[in-house]
Amino acid sequence: MELVLFVGLAAVAAVSGLLVVVQRHALYSAMFLIINMGSLAGLYVLLHAHFVWAVQVLVYAGAIMVLFLFVIMLLNLPREEVRWASRDLKRILAAALLSLVLLGELVLVVGFRSAGPSAGPALAPGFGTTETVGRLLFTTFLFPFEITSVILLVAIVGAMVLAKKHFD
Amino acid sequence: MTSWGVILGHWDLVLGDWASMPEMLETLIIMVVKVGVVFATLLLVAAYMTWIERKVIADIQVRVGPSRVGPYGLLQPIADGIKLFFKEDLMPGHVDRALFLLAPALSVVPAMIVFAVIPFGGTIPAFGFLSKPIPLYLSDIDVGVLYVFSVTSLGVYGIVLAGWASNNKYSLLGGLRASAQMISYELSMSLSVVGVLILVGSLRLTEIVKAQAGFSWWMGILPVPNWFVFSQPIGFLIFFTCALAETNRAPFDLPEAETELVAGFHSEYSSMKFAMFFMAEYANMATASAVATSLFLGGPLGPFGSSPVWFVGKVFVLLFVFIWFRASLPRFRYDQLMTFGWKRLLPLALANMVFTAILAVLWVR
Repeated sequence: MELVLFVGLAAVAAVSGLLVVVQRHALYSAMFLIINMGSLAGLYVLLHAHFVWAVQVLVYAGAIMVLFLFVIMLLNLPREEVRWASRDLKRILAAALLSLVLLGELVLVVGFRSAGPSAGPALAPGFGTTETVGRLLFTTFLFPFEITSVILLVAIVGAMVLAKKHFD
Repeated sequence: MTSWGVILGHWDLVLGDWASMPEMLETLIIMVVKVGVVFATLLLVAAYMTWIERKVIADIQVRVGPSRVGPYGLLQPIADGIKLFFKEDLMPGHVDRALFLLAPALSVVPAMIVFAVIPFGGTIPAFGFLSKPIPLYLSDIDVGVLYVFSVTSLGVYGIVLAGWASNNKYSLLGGLRASAQMISYELSMSLSVVGVLILVGSLRLTEIVKAQAGFSWWMGILPVPNWFVFSQPIGFLIFFTCALAETNRAPFDLPEAETELVAGFHSEYSSMKFAMFFMAEYANMATASAVATSLFLGGPLGPFGSSPVWFVGKVFVLLFVFIWFRASLPRFRYDQLMTFGWKRLLPLALANMVFTAILAVLWVR
């Protein structure tokens, strides 16, 4: 049952990820990105990370992607008429090279990590619950957590400085 | 693992001998029945809310309201439903077909599935033939409140995509307004609940309801239930205001402001697709009221134990307030809406959160 769900969700994630790239309209790309995020959220549930699932849907699918759609609609982007990118030899070479590097990385990681699905250590009771995640965030990972919030604050201030033409 | 084939093959067992029924099957049947009852009730409420709304507004404006179809016009929603069902389903030529078809469904579904985590009663006893009492909620997940917010945050897609796919300037404006409005008010809405979460210490809706049980004596004379509306009054007011905005109801109904945008995002929709947007709006109102009831009004708790009757009663009181607001308040201007959301509600919600946190720490230590 878990395997069926995993394969299904992974397939949806992969296919929608591909469709994000090949769509000719930015709005459709955004829609497939939402589907992609939804299936990733499903995979988090399979990993017993309920809190991460809820946050993934709430923050990414529910808030950030709405902003994406908002911007796409405001810009009123036209449909791309070019079917494929120009047959530029340099581009194709670069793409092929990068793909090979990615493939190599994948082979290295998968080959070295395991020769099949490993059981891994048993889950601690309460794994993935809000309480556990919160406790970890405010004890073990307190420093990265606070740094993240400061970085976000800097980003907000930066965005306001860039957006405002003059200050009173 | 019970598969559907096995379930269908066991019908004689289900009907014949209750005692030997496998527990898995029993759980499944109870679940299906509960989902069916909740779903049917929600659809019925969504349909009859149109009647209630027209009657209440008519009363407030000293009119009669629907009165011809059935006694007190009670069959009016059914007549309207049949009318919408048989209307011609128009699809304008300039629309984006796929998203145009998808949008109504995307707006109905989130409104409905929020009910999966809302506790609407206590428990039903086992009656001697069930293996355990039936709890009256569909599921009780660890991240209940987060689930509610994540699902409701998906509701905006239906409206935004309808506005865009219609390829019509009024629809597009409605869709843009809806997305900006819903993102803005979602923040204050989530923050207004944090006070309750601090007091309870859990995101489970069943725990939140349980924490509101019992009475305390006000000045030693008046028994006041321990509902969070009394300990978190500001939180409740912010939550309800944001619920008005999130469901696009007056005075925040700018996405479909008929005086300026024809009908906003659903201008181009007709027949059942229009009916689905209509249903989504009323289902959203019912959902928002149900969530507010669970978080602030003690959910199904009431005198003589918890019961779905109390729950439904409280939900209808809130629904009445929704309608009352629509009949009383004029629509906001767009800049007023944004100023109100970001400069009034958000700081107030933050202050409420900080204040509650300080009090909670002082109280506990």
